Amino acid sequence: MQISRSIYMRRAIFSVAASLVGVVFALPLVWFIFAPFNARAELGLAIPSPFTLSNFVTVFQNSFAMHALLNSLIQAFGGVILVGGAATLAAYALSRSSIPGKRAVTYILLLFSSVVSGSAAMVPIFLIISAIGLIDTHLAVILVFAGGLLPTAMFILRDFIDAIPKSYEESAMVAGASPIQTFFDVALPVIRPGIVVVVVWAFVNIWGSFLIPFILLRKDTLMPASVAIYSFYSEAGTPIVTLLAAYSLIYSLPVIVLYLFVNWKFGFRFFGGIKS
Amino acid sequence: MKKFSLLSTRAGAVFLAPAAALVGVFVIIPFFWVIVVSFTNRTLLGRTAVDPDFVGLQNYFTLFNPATFFTRGQFGFSLILTVQFVIFSALIGQALLGLILAWLSQSVSPTLKNFLQTAVIAAWILPEVVIGFAWFAFLDYDNGTLNMIMRSLGLPPGDWLLQQPFWVIVIFNTWRGAAFSMMLFNSAFQSIPPSYFQAADVAGASSWQKLRDIALPLIRGHVVTDLILITMWTFNVFTPFLLTNGGPSYRTELLSIYTYRVAFKDFEFGRGAAVGVVIMLINLAFALIYLQIAKKKKAEAE
Repeated sequence: MQISRSIYMRRAIFSVAASLVGVVFALPLVWFIFAPFNARAELGLAIPSPFTLSNFVTVFQNSFAMHALLNSLIQAFGGVILVGGAATLAAYALSRSSIPGKRAVTYILLLFSSVVSGSAAMVPIFLIISAIGLIDTHLAVILVFAGGLLPTAMFILRDFIDAIPKSYEESAMVAGASPIQTFFDVALPVIRPGIVVVVVWAFVNIWGSFLIPFILLRKDTLMPASVAIYSFYSEAGTPIVTLLAAYSLIYSLPVIVLYLFVNWKFGFRFFGGIKS
Repeated sequence: MKKFSLLSTRAGAVFLAPAAALVGVFVIIPFFWVIVVSFTNRTLLGRTAVDPDFVGLQNYFTLFNPATFFTRGQFGFSLILTVQFVIFSALIGQALLGLILAWLSQSVSPTLKNFLQTAVIAAWILPEVVIGFAWFAFLDYDNGTLNMIMRSLGLPPGDWLLQQPFWVIVIFNTWRGAAFSMMLFNSAFQSIPPSYFQAADVAGASSWQKLRDIALPLIRGHVVTDLILITMWTFNVFTPFLLTNGGPSYRTELLSIYTYRVAFKDFEFGRGAAVGVVIMLINLAFALIYLQIAKKKKAEAE
Protein backbone atom coordinates (compact mmCIF):
# COMPACT_ATOMS: atom_id res chain seq x y z
CA MET A 1 0.00 0.00 0.00
CA GLN A 2 2.68 2.41 1.08
CA ILE A 3 4.82 1.61 -1.94
CA SER A 4 2.05 1.91 -4.49
CA ARG A 5 1.06 5.29 -3.09
CA SER A 6 4.60 6.65 -3.34
CA ILE A 7 4.79 5.36 -6.90
CA TYR A 8 1.55 7.15 -7.63
CA MET A 9 2.93 10.37 -6.13
CA ARG A 10 6.08 10.04 -8.16
CA ARG A 11 4.06 9.58 -11.33
CA ALA A 12 2.08 12.69 -10.57
CA ILE A 13 5.21 14.77 -9.96
CA PHE A 14 6.78 13.50 -13.17
CA SER A 15 3.61 14.24 -15.12
CA VAL A 16 3.45 17.81 -13.84
CA ALA A 17 7.13 18.32 -14.61
CA ALA A 18 6.76 16.87 -18.11
CA SER A 19 3.73 19.05 -18.87
CA LEU A 20 5.55 22.16 -17.66
CA VAL A 21 8.64 21.44 -19.73
CA GLY A 22 6.49 20.66 -22.76
CA VAL A 23 4.61 23.95 -22.40
CA VAL A 24 7.84 25.94 -22.00
CA PHE A 25 9.21 24.27 -25.11
CA ALA A 26 6.09 25.05 -27.08
CA LEU A 27 5.89 28.71 -25.96
CA PRO A 28 8.11 30.29 -28.64
CA LEU A 29 6.04 28.51 -31.28
CA VAL A 30 2.55 29.19 -29.94
CA TRP A 31 2.48 32.57 -31.64
CA PHE A 32 2.97 30.71 -34.94
CA ILE A 33 -0.17 28.68 -34.51
CA PHE A 34 -2.35 31.79 -34.43
CA ALA A 35 -0.62 34.62 -36.33
CA PRO A 36 -0.96 33.11 -39.83
CA PHE A 37 -4.75 33.06 -39.43
CA ASN A 38 -5.05 36.55 -38.01
CA ALA A 39 -5.53 39.36 -40.52
CA ARG A 40 -4.29 41.88 -37.93
CA ALA A 41 -1.42 39.82 -36.56
CA GLU A 42 1.38 41.63 -34.81
CA LEU A 43 4.32 40.28 -32.87
CA GLY A 44 2.07 39.85 -29.85
CA LEU A 45 0.19 36.67 -29.07
CA ALA A 46 -3.49 37.03 -29.92
CA ILE A 47 -6.31 34.67 -30.75
CA PRO A 48 -7.55 35.67 -34.19
CA SER A 49 -11.12 36.89 -34.35
CA PRO A 50 -12.25 35.85 -36.81
CA PHE A 51 -9.98 33.07 -38.06
CA THR A 52 -9.20 33.96 -41.64
CA LEU A 53 -7.13 32.74 -44.55
CA SER A 54 -6.64 36.22 -45.96
CA ASN A 55 -2.93 36.21 -45.06
CA PHE A 56 -2.46 33.18 -47.25
CA VAL A 57 -4.23 34.93 -50.12
CA THR A 58 -1.77 37.82 -49.71
CA VAL A 59 1.13 35.36 -49.92
CA PHE A 60 -0.26 33.67 -53.02
CA GLN A 61 -0.56 37.07 -54.68
CA ASN A 62 3.01 38.03 -53.83
CA SER A 63 4.98 36.84 -56.83
CA PHE A 64 8.39 37.29 -55.17
CA ALA A 65 7.39 35.09 -52.24
CA MET A 66 5.87 32.43 -54.47
CA HIS A 67 8.87 32.46 -56.76
CA ALA A 68 11.14 31.90 -53.77
CA LEU A 69 9.16 28.80 -52.86
CA LEU A 70 9.59 27.54 -56.40
CA ASN A 71 13.34 28.20 -56.13
CA SER A 72 13.46 26.21 -52.90
CA LEU A 73 11.72 23.35 -54.68
CA ILE A 74 14.12 23.43 -57.63
CA GLN A 75 17.18 23.46 -55.38
CA ALA A 76 15.87 20.80 -53.02
CA PHE A 77 14.74 18.46 -55.81
CA GLY A 78 17.98 18.92 -57.73
CA GLY A 79 20.04 18.22 -54.65
CA VAL A 80 17.92 15.25 -53.62
CA ILE A 81 18.18 13.59 -57.02
CA LEU A 82 21.96 13.94 -57.01
CA VAL A 83 22.36 12.81 -53.40
CA GLY A 84 19.93 9.91 -53.75
CA GLY A 85 21.36 8.66 -57.03
CA ALA A 86 25.05 9.06 -56.30
CA ALA A 87 24.77 7.82 -52.71
CA THR A 88 22.87 4.68 -53.71
CA LEU A 89 25.40 3.74 -56.38
CA ALA A 90 28.36 4.49 -54.13
CA ALA A 91 26.94 2.74 -51.09
CA TYR A 92 26.18 -0.34 -53.19
CA ALA A 93 29.74 -0.37 -54.43
CA LEU A 94 31.12 0.07 -50.92
CA SER A 95 28.98 -2.79 -49.67
CA ARG A 96 29.12 -5.29 -52.53
CA SER A 97 32.35 -4.82 -54.44
CA SER A 98 35.84 -5.82 -53.46
CA ILE A 99 37.48 -2.48 -54.13
CA PRO A 100 40.68 -2.31 -52.11
CA GLY A 101 40.74 0.20 -49.27
CA LYS A 102 36.98 0.40 -48.74
CA ARG A 103 37.41 0.84 -45.02
CA ALA A 104 39.92 3.62 -45.46
CA VAL A 105 37.62 5.39 -47.92
CA THR A 106 34.75 5.31 -45.46
CA TYR A 107 36.95 6.53 -42.62
CA ILE A 108 38.36 9.41 -44.65
CA LEU A 109 34.90 10.37 -45.89
CA LEU A 110 33.53 10.56 -42.39
CA LEU A 111 36.51 12.55 -41.22
CA PHE A 112 36.32 15.09 -44.05
CA SER A 113 32.58 15.48 -43.87
CA SER A 114 32.68 16.40 -40.20
CA VAL A 115 35.74 18.63 -40.49
CA VAL A 116 34.68 20.63 -43.57
CA SER A 117 31.62 22.38 -42.15
CA GLY A 118 29.73 25.17 -43.86
CA SER A 119 31.23 27.75 -41.53
CA ALA A 120 34.80 26.59 -42.11
CA ALA A 121 34.48 26.15 -45.87
CA MET A 122 32.34 29.07 -46.93
CA VAL A 123 35.32 30.93 -48.41
CA PRO A 124 36.72 28.10 -50.57
CA ILE A 125 33.24 26.97 -51.61
CA PHE A 126 32.47 30.48 -52.79
CA LEU A 127 35.82 30.65 -54.62
CA ILE A 128 35.36 27.25 -56.30
CA ILE A 129 31.86 28.13 -57.42
CA SER A 130 33.16 31.47 -58.79
CA ALA A 131 36.05 29.73 -60.52
CA ILE A 132 33.72 27.40 -62.42
CA GLY A 133 31.43 30.33 -63.20
CA LEU A 134 28.37 29.12 -61.32
CA ILE A 135 27.79 32.02 -58.93
CA ASP A 136 24.13 33.02 -59.06
CA THR A 137 22.82 29.74 -60.44
CA HIS A 138 20.58 27.05 -58.98
CA LEU A 139 23.20 24.53 -59.99
CA ALA A 140 25.73 26.07 -57.58
CA VAL A 141 23.47 25.48 -54.59
CA ILE A 142 22.51 22.00 -55.80
CA LEU A 143 26.10 20.85 -56.31
CA VAL A 144 27.40 22.22 -53.02
CA PHE A 145 24.61 20.54 -51.06
CA ALA A 146 25.07 17.29 -52.95
CA GLY A 147 28.78 17.23 -52.10
CA GLY A 148 28.19 18.16 -48.48
CA LEU A 149 25.38 15.68 -47.80
CA LEU A 150 26.79 12.75 -49.75
CA PRO A 151 29.24 11.36 -47.18
CA THR A 152 26.57 10.94 -44.50
CA ALA A 153 24.03 9.67 -47.06
CA MET A 154 26.51 7.07 -48.31
CA PHE A 155 27.30 6.01 -44.80
CA ILE A 156 23.65 5.50 -43.85
CA LEU A 157 22.90 3.59 -47.05
CA ARG A 158 25.99 1.43 -46.81
CA ASP A 159 24.94 0.29 -43.34
CA PHE A 160 21.49 -0.37 -44.71
CA ILE A 161 22.77 -2.45 -47.64
CA ASP A 162 25.24 -4.32 -45.45
CA ALA A 163 22.29 -5.54 -43.40
CA ILE A 164 20.55 -7.05 -46.45
CA PRO A 165 21.43 -10.68 -47.23
CA LYS A 166 23.25 -11.14 -50.51
CA SER A 167 21.38 -14.30 -51.47
CA TYR A 168 18.83 -12.65 -53.80
CA GLU A 169 21.49 -10.93 -55.79
CA GLU A 170 23.63 -14.06 -55.85
CA SER A 171 20.82 -16.19 -57.22
CA ALA A 172 20.11 -13.57 -59.87
CA MET A 173 23.77 -13.66 -60.89
CA VAL A 174 23.76 -17.45 -60.96
CA ALA A 175 20.69 -17.28 -63.19
CA GLY A 176 22.77 -15.22 -65.59
CA ALA A 177 21.86 -11.61 -64.80
CA SER A 178 24.53 -8.98 -65.40
CA PRO A 179 25.72 -6.89 -62.43
CA ILE A 180 23.78 -3.91 -63.80
CA GLN A 181 20.58 -5.96 -64.11
CA THR A 182 21.11 -7.38 -60.66
CA PHE A 183 21.51 -3.92 -59.23
CA PHE A 184 18.45 -2.40 -60.87
CA ASP A 185 16.04 -5.34 -60.79
CA VAL A 186 17.01 -7.21 -57.64
CA ALA A 187 18.95 -4.98 -55.25
CA LEU A 188 17.24 -1.64 -55.85
CA PRO A 189 13.72 -2.71 -54.81
CA VAL A 190 15.13 -4.08 -51.55
CA ILE A 191 17.19 -0.94 -50.85
CA ARG A 192 14.28 1.39 -51.57
CA PRO A 193 13.23 2.05 -47.94
CA GLY A 194 16.79 3.12 -47.16
CA ILE A 195 16.81 5.44 -50.16
CA VAL A 196 13.52 6.97 -49.02
CA VAL A 197 15.01 7.79 -45.63
CA VAL A 198 18.11 9.36 -47.17
CA VAL A 199 16.09 11.34 -49.70
CA VAL A 200 13.74 12.71 -47.06
CA TRP A 201 16.68 13.63 -44.85
CA ALA A 202 18.48 15.38 -47.72
CA PHE A 203 15.33 17.22 -48.76
CA VAL A 204 14.70 18.57 -45.26
CA ASN A 205 18.32 19.64 -44.97
CA ILE A 206 18.41 21.53 -48.26
CA TRP A 207 14.91 22.96 -47.88
CA GLY A 208 15.71 24.47 -44.50
CA SER A 209 19.25 25.68 -45.13
CA PHE A 210 20.15 29.31 -45.11
CA LEU A 211 23.92 29.88 -45.24
CA ILE A 212 24.83 28.24 -48.56
CA PRO A 213 22.20 29.96 -50.76
CA PHE A 214 22.81 33.15 -48.77
CA ILE A 215 26.46 33.35 -49.85
CA LEU A 216 26.14 31.82 -53.32
CA LEU A 217 23.14 33.74 -54.66
CA ARG A 218 22.84 37.47 -55.20
CA LYS A 219 19.91 37.75 -57.60
CA ASP A 220 16.44 38.11 -56.05
CA THR A 221 14.99 35.86 -58.72
CA LEU A 222 17.03 32.86 -57.52
CA MET A 223 16.59 33.19 -53.78
CA PRO A 224 15.02 30.24 -51.99
CA ALA A 225 12.34 30.83 -49.37
CA SER A 226 14.81 30.68 -46.46
CA VAL A 227 16.76 33.70 -47.74
CA ALA A 228 13.56 35.46 -48.80
CA ILE A 229 12.03 35.20 -45.31
CA TYR A 230 15.22 36.49 -43.76
CA SER A 231 15.30 39.50 -46.06
CA PHE A 232 11.63 40.15 -45.31
CA TYR A 233 12.12 40.53 -41.60
CA SER A 234 15.69 41.72 -41.26
CA GLU A 235 16.14 44.35 -43.93
CA ALA A 236 12.78 45.65 -45.03
CA GLY A 237 12.34 48.07 -42.12
CA THR A 238 9.19 47.07 -40.25
CA PRO A 239 8.40 43.49 -41.15
CA ILE A 240 4.98 42.75 -42.64
CA VAL A 241 4.07 40.31 -39.92
CA THR A 242 0.87 38.95 -41.46
CA LEU A 243 2.59 38.00 -44.69
CA LEU A 244 5.63 36.59 -42.91
CA ALA A 245 3.63 34.42 -40.53
CA ALA A 246 1.55 32.84 -43.27
CA TYR A 247 4.57 32.48 -45.52
CA SER A 248 6.63 30.81 -42.79
CA LEU A 249 3.85 28.32 -42.20
CA ILE A 250 3.60 27.44 -45.89
CA TYR A 251 7.36 27.12 -46.05
CA SER A 252 7.42 24.83 -42.99
CA LEU A 253 4.64 22.61 -44.29
CA PRO A 254 6.77 20.20 -46.39
CA VAL A 255 9.05 19.59 -43.41
CA ILE A 256 6.09 18.88 -41.13
CA VAL A 257 4.46 16.58 -43.69
CA LEU A 258 7.68 14.68 -44.26
CA TYR A 259 8.23 14.29 -40.54
CA LEU A 260 4.74 12.87 -40.12
CA PHE A 261 5.31 10.58 -43.10
CA VAL A 262 8.59 9.21 -41.77
CA ASN A 263 7.12 8.89 -38.30
CA TRP A 264 4.17 6.93 -39.64
CA LYS A 265 6.14 4.77 -42.03
CA PHE A 266 9.30 3.99 -40.15
CA GLY A 267 8.96 5.40 -36.68
CA PHE A 268 11.13 8.44 -36.18
CA ARG A 269 14.56 7.18 -35.30
CA PHE A 270 17.88 8.39 -36.43
CA PHE A 271 20.85 6.91 -38.09
CA GLY A 272 24.28 7.98 -36.87
CA GLY A 273 24.95 11.66 -37.37
CA ILE A 274 21.87 12.23 -39.43
CA LYS A 275 21.55 15.93 -38.81
CA SER A 276 24.34 18.03 -40.25
CA MET B 1 34.74 -21.47 -50.81
CA LYS B 2 36.44 -18.49 -52.30
CA LYS B 3 35.06 -15.13 -51.26
CA PHE B 4 32.75 -14.01 -54.00
CA SER B 5 31.89 -10.39 -54.58
CA LEU B 6 28.80 -9.28 -56.42
CA LEU B 7 30.39 -6.32 -58.08
CA SER B 8 33.72 -6.41 -59.90
CA THR B 9 36.29 -3.84 -58.92
CA ARG B 10 35.80 -2.01 -62.19
CA ALA B 11 32.02 -1.87 -61.88
CA GLY B 12 32.46 -0.76 -58.29
CA ALA B 13 34.69 2.09 -59.41
CA VAL B 14 32.07 3.20 -61.95
CA PHE B 15 29.39 3.12 -59.25
CA LEU B 16 31.58 5.20 -56.96
CA ALA B 17 32.56 7.78 -59.57
CA PRO B 18 29.67 10.30 -59.34
CA ALA B 19 29.83 10.47 -55.56
CA ALA B 20 33.61 10.66 -55.62
CA ALA B 21 33.50 13.59 -58.07
CA LEU B 22 30.98 15.56 -56.03
CA VAL B 23 32.62 14.93 -52.68
CA GLY B 24 36.02 15.56 -54.19
CA VAL B 25 35.15 18.96 -55.65
CA PHE B 26 32.93 20.27 -52.88
CA VAL B 27 34.36 18.73 -49.72
CA ILE B 28 37.95 17.62 -50.24
CA ILE B 29 39.21 20.39 -52.51
CA PRO B 30 37.72 23.09 -50.22
CA PHE B 31 39.64 21.52 -47.34
CA PHE B 32 42.94 22.11 -49.10
CA TRP B 33 41.98 25.30 -50.86
CA VAL B 34 41.03 27.07 -47.66
CA ILE B 35 44.54 26.39 -46.39
CA VAL B 36 46.09 27.82 -49.56
CA VAL B 37 43.88 30.92 -49.52
CA SER B 38 44.69 31.53 -45.86
CA PHE B 39 48.30 32.24 -46.87
CA THR B 40 47.26 34.98 -49.33
CA ASN B 41 45.75 38.44 -49.14
CA ARG B 42 42.93 37.49 -51.48
CA THR B 43 39.93 39.85 -51.44
CA LEU B 44 36.55 39.84 -53.16
CA LEU B 45 37.15 43.04 -55.11
CA GLY B 46 40.10 44.98 -56.46
CA ARG B 47 43.50 43.86 -57.71
CA THR B 48 44.04 41.18 -55.08
CA ALA B 49 40.79 39.47 -56.13
CA VAL B 50 42.39 38.24 -59.36
CA ASP B 51 46.03 38.34 -58.42
CA PRO B 52 46.45 37.74 -54.70
CA ASP B 53 49.93 37.89 -53.12
CA PHE B 54 51.42 35.19 -50.95
CA VAL B 55 51.66 36.68 -47.48
CA GLY B 56 52.83 33.68 -45.47
CA LEU B 57 51.49 33.56 -41.97
CA GLN B 58 50.42 37.20 -41.89
CA ASN B 59 46.70 36.42 -41.66
CA TYR B 60 47.38 34.18 -38.69
CA PHE B 61 49.52 36.83 -37.02
CA THR B 62 46.64 39.27 -37.44
CA LEU B 63 44.20 36.82 -35.90
CA PHE B 64 46.44 36.02 -32.97
CA ASN B 65 47.79 39.54 -32.48
CA PRO B 66 47.87 39.86 -28.67
CA ALA B 67 47.16 43.61 -28.78
CA THR B 68 43.68 43.14 -30.26
CA PHE B 69 43.04 39.48 -29.52
CA PHE B 70 40.45 40.01 -26.79
CA THR B 71 38.82 43.08 -28.32
CA ARG B 72 35.18 42.78 -29.24
CA GLY B 73 34.73 42.04 -32.92
CA GLN B 74 38.15 40.40 -33.13
CA PHE B 75 39.07 36.75 -33.58
CA GLY B 76 40.01 35.99 -30.00
CA PHE B 77 36.80 37.46 -28.65
CA SER B 78 34.76 35.29 -31.04
CA LEU B 79 36.79 32.20 -30.23
CA ILE B 80 36.29 32.59 -26.49
CA LEU B 81 32.64 33.47 -27.01
CA THR B 82 32.17 30.32 -29.08
CA VAL B 83 33.82 28.16 -26.43
CA GLN B 84 31.51 29.62 -23.78
CA PHE B 85 28.58 29.12 -26.14
CA VAL B 86 29.47 25.46 -26.60
CA ILE B 87 29.93 24.87 -22.87
CA PHE B 88 26.67 26.49 -21.83
CA SER B 89 24.33 25.66 -24.70
CA ALA B 90 25.61 22.22 -25.74
CA LEU B 91 27.49 20.51 -22.94
CA ILE B 92 25.31 21.85 -20.14
CA GLY B 93 22.13 22.94 -21.90
CA GLN B 94 21.37 20.38 -24.58
CA ALA B 95 22.97 17.36 -22.95
CA LEU B 96 21.49 17.90 -19.50
CA LEU B 97 18.10 18.95 -20.81
CA GLY B 98 18.09 16.04 -23.24
CA LEU B 99 18.84 13.66 -20.39
CA ILE B 100 16.06 15.12 -18.24
CA LEU B 101 13.62 15.03 -21.16
CA ALA B 102 14.42 11.41 -21.95
CA TRP B 103 14.13 10.42 -18.29
CA LEU B 104 10.82 12.24 -17.92
CA SER B 105 9.49 10.60 -21.09
CA GLN B 106 10.22 7.21 -19.56
CA SER B 107 7.97 7.71 -16.60
CA VAL B 108 4.88 9.51 -17.88
CA SER B 109 1.77 8.40 -19.75
CA PRO B 110 2.04 7.87 -23.52
CA THR B 111 -0.15 10.91 -24.26
CA LEU B 112 2.02 13.21 -22.21
CA LYS B 113 5.14 11.67 -23.67
CA ASN B 114 3.83 12.36 -27.17
CA PHE B 115 3.07 15.98 -26.34
CA LEU B 116 6.48 16.51 -24.76
CA GLN B 117 8.41 14.89 -27.59
CA THR B 118 6.40 16.66 -30.28
CA ALA B 119 7.15 20.07 -28.76
CA VAL B 120 10.85 19.26 -28.43
CA ILE B 121 11.17 17.76 -31.92
CA ALA B 122 9.24 20.63 -33.52
CA ALA B 123 11.90 23.01 -32.21
CA TRP B 124 14.50 20.85 -33.90
CA ILE B 125 13.03 20.05 -37.32
CA LEU B 126 11.44 23.35 -38.35
CA PRO B 127 13.59 25.37 -40.77
CA GLU B 128 16.10 27.62 -39.03
CA VAL B 129 14.82 30.81 -40.63
CA VAL B 130 11.31 30.14 -39.34
CA ILE B 131 12.71 29.45 -35.88
CA GLY B 132 14.72 32.66 -36.04
CA PHE B 133 11.62 34.65 -36.94
CA ALA B 134 9.54 32.90 -34.25
CA TRP B 135 12.07 33.90 -31.60
CA PHE B 136 12.30 37.40 -32.99
CA ALA B 137 8.54 37.68 -32.36
CA PHE B 138 8.75 35.81 -29.04
CA LEU B 139 11.35 38.23 -27.66
CA ASP B 140 9.86 41.47 -29.01
CA TYR B 141 9.94 44.12 -26.28
CA ASP B 142 6.46 45.61 -26.73
CA ASN B 143 4.32 42.65 -27.74
CA GLY B 144 6.42 39.50 -27.55
CA THR B 145 5.01 36.44 -25.81
CA LEU B 146 7.84 36.32 -23.27
CA ASN B 147 7.32 39.88 -22.04
CA MET B 148 3.57 39.32 -22.05
CA ILE B 149 4.14 36.48 -19.60
CA MET B 150 6.60 38.53 -17.55
CA ARG B 151 4.10 41.37 -17.24
CA SER B 152 1.23 39.08 -16.32
CA LEU B 153 3.39 37.61 -13.55
CA GLY B 154 4.19 41.10 -12.32
CA LEU B 155 7.83 40.87 -13.39
CA PRO B 156 9.64 43.62 -15.29
CA PRO B 157 9.80 43.01 -19.05
CA GLY B 158 13.20 42.98 -20.73
CA ASP B 159 14.64 43.95 -24.07
CA TRP B 160 16.38 40.59 -24.12
CA LEU B 161 18.17 40.84 -27.45
CA LEU B 162 19.83 44.09 -26.32
CA GLN B 163 20.37 43.38 -22.65
CA GLN B 164 21.30 39.70 -22.57
CA PRO B 165 22.20 38.75 -26.16
CA PHE B 166 24.65 36.03 -25.15
CA TRP B 167 22.24 34.25 -22.84
CA VAL B 168 19.52 34.60 -25.45
CA ILE B 169 21.52 32.65 -28.01
CA VAL B 170 22.57 30.12 -25.36
CA ILE B 171 18.96 29.41 -24.42
CA PHE B 172 17.93 29.60 -28.06
CA ASN B 173 20.45 26.95 -29.07
CA THR B 174 19.66 24.75 -26.06
CA TRP B 175 15.99 24.86 -27.01
CA ARG B 176 16.71 24.28 -30.68
CA GLY B 177 19.02 21.31 -30.27
CA ALA B 178 17.84 19.44 -27.16
CA ALA B 179 15.82 17.03 -29.32
CA PHE B 180 18.92 15.25 -30.58
CA SER B 181 20.23 14.48 -27.10
CA MET B 182 16.75 13.52 -25.96
CA MET B 183 16.31 11.00 -28.78
CA LEU B 184 19.79 9.60 -28.31
CA PHE B 185 19.18 9.10 -24.58
CA ASN B 186 15.70 7.73 -25.32
CA SER B 187 17.15 4.92 -27.34
CA ALA B 188 19.94 4.46 -24.82
CA PHE B 189 17.46 4.01 -21.98
CA GLN B 190 15.44 1.59 -24.08
CA SER B 191 18.50 -0.59 -24.50
CA ILE B 192 18.61 -1.22 -20.73
CA PRO B 193 16.75 -4.41 -19.73
CA PRO B 194 13.56 -3.42 -17.84
CA SER B 195 14.29 -6.09 -15.22
CA TYR B 196 17.11 -3.89 -13.84
CA PHE B 197 14.63 -1.15 -13.02
CA GLN B 198 12.03 -3.59 -11.72
CA ALA B 199 14.55 -5.01 -9.31
CA ALA B 200 15.36 -1.50 -8.12
CA ASP B 201 11.65 -0.75 -7.72
CA VAL B 202 11.23 -3.77 -5.52
CA ALA B 203 14.15 -2.55 -3.42
CA GLY B 204 12.36 0.80 -3.13
CA ALA B 205 14.86 2.90 -5.05
CA SER B 206 13.92 6.47 -5.92
CA SER B 207 13.88 7.69 -9.51
CA TRP B 208 17.05 9.68 -8.91
CA GLN B 209 18.81 6.63 -7.52
CA LYS B 210 17.76 4.58 -10.52
CA LEU B 211 19.08 7.24 -12.87
CA ARG B 212 22.35 7.68 -11.01
CA ASP B 213 23.15 4.10 -10.08
CA ILE B 214 21.63 2.06 -12.90
CA ALA B 215 20.94 4.08 -16.02
CA LEU B 216 23.87 6.52 -16.17
CA PRO B 217 26.66 3.95 -15.71
CA LEU B 218 25.10 1.78 -18.42
CA ILE B 219 24.76 4.55 -21.00
CA ARG B 220 28.16 6.14 -20.45
CA GLY B 221 29.13 5.39 -24.05
CA HIS B 222 26.04 7.17 -25.36
CA VAL B 223 26.77 10.17 -23.19
CA VAL B 224 30.28 10.51 -24.62
CA THR B 225 28.98 10.15 -28.19
CA ASP B 226 26.32 12.75 -27.52
CA LEU B 227 28.74 15.25 -25.98
CA ILE B 228 31.19 15.02 -28.87
CA LEU B 229 28.55 15.29 -31.59
CA ILE B 230 26.68 18.24 -30.09
CA THR B 231 29.97 20.00 -29.37
CA MET B 232 30.97 19.74 -33.02
CA TRP B 233 27.60 20.91 -34.29
CA THR B 234 27.27 23.76 -31.83
CA PHE B 235 30.81 24.88 -32.55
CA ASN B 236 29.92 25.29 -36.24
CA VAL B 237 26.35 26.52 -35.92
CA PHE B 238 25.32 29.61 -37.89
CA THR B 239 21.65 29.80 -36.82
CA PRO B 240 22.07 32.48 -34.09
CA PHE B 241 22.92 34.86 -36.94
CA LEU B 242 19.25 34.70 -37.92
CA LEU B 243 18.26 36.01 -34.52
CA THR B 244 20.96 38.53 -33.65
CA ASN B 245 23.07 39.13 -36.77
CA GLY B 246 26.07 38.73 -34.49
CA GLY B 247 25.19 41.88 -32.59
CA PRO B 248 24.57 44.06 -30.75
CA SER B 249 28.13 45.33 -31.17
CA TYR B 250 29.60 41.85 -31.83
CA ARG B 251 28.39 40.43 -28.53
CA THR B 252 26.96 37.30 -30.19
CA GLU B 253 29.48 37.03 -32.99
CA LEU B 254 30.33 33.33 -32.91
CA LEU B 255 33.27 32.11 -34.99
CA SER B 256 31.01 31.05 -37.87
CA ILE B 257 29.41 34.50 -37.94
CA TYR B 258 32.83 36.16 -37.60
CA THR B 259 34.08 34.22 -40.63
CA TYR B 260 31.06 35.32 -42.60
CA ARG B 261 31.57 38.97 -41.68
CA VAL B 262 35.28 39.03 -42.41
CA ALA B 263 34.92 37.21 -45.74
CA PHE B 264 31.62 38.47 -47.12
CA LYS B 265 31.09 41.86 -45.45
CA ASP B 266 34.68 43.09 -45.19
CA PHE B 267 35.61 41.05 -48.31
CA GLU B 268 38.87 39.78 -46.81
CA PHE B 269 38.94 36.23 -48.07
CA GLY B 270 42.48 35.56 -46.91
CA ARG B 271 41.69 36.34 -43.30
CA GLY B 272 38.30 34.58 -43.51
CA ALA B 273 40.07 31.50 -44.82
CA ALA B 274 42.54 31.60 -41.93
CA VAL B 275 39.61 31.55 -39.50
CA GLY B 276 38.20 28.62 -41.49
CA VAL B 277 41.47 26.74 -41.03
CA VAL B 278 41.38 27.26 -37.27
CA ILE B 279 37.77 26.03 -37.18
CA MET B 280 38.73 22.97 -39.23
CA LEU B 281 41.63 22.15 -36.91
CA ILE B 282 39.32 22.23 -33.91
CA ASN B 283 36.75 20.13 -35.80
CA LEU B 284 39.51 17.70 -36.72
CA ALA B 285 40.49 17.19 -33.10
CA PHE B 286 36.90 16.36 -32.12
CA ALA B 287 36.30 14.18 -35.18
CA LEU B 288 39.42 12.12 -34.47
CA ILE B 289 38.36 11.56 -30.87
CA TYR B 290 34.89 10.58 -32.05
CA LEU B 291 36.08 8.15 -34.73
CA GLN B 292 38.54 6.63 -32.29
CA ILE B 293 35.76 5.94 -29.81
CA ALA B 294 33.41 4.67 -32.53
CA LYS B 295 36.12 2.30 -33.77
CA LYS B 296 36.76 0.99 -30.29
CA LYS B 297 33.05 0.44 -29.76
CA LYS B 298 32.78 -1.46 -33.02
CA ALA B 299 35.77 -3.60 -32.14
CA GLU B 300 34.17 -4.45 -28.80
CA ALA B 301 30.91 -5.35 -30.51
CA GLU B 302 32.55 -7.70 -32.97
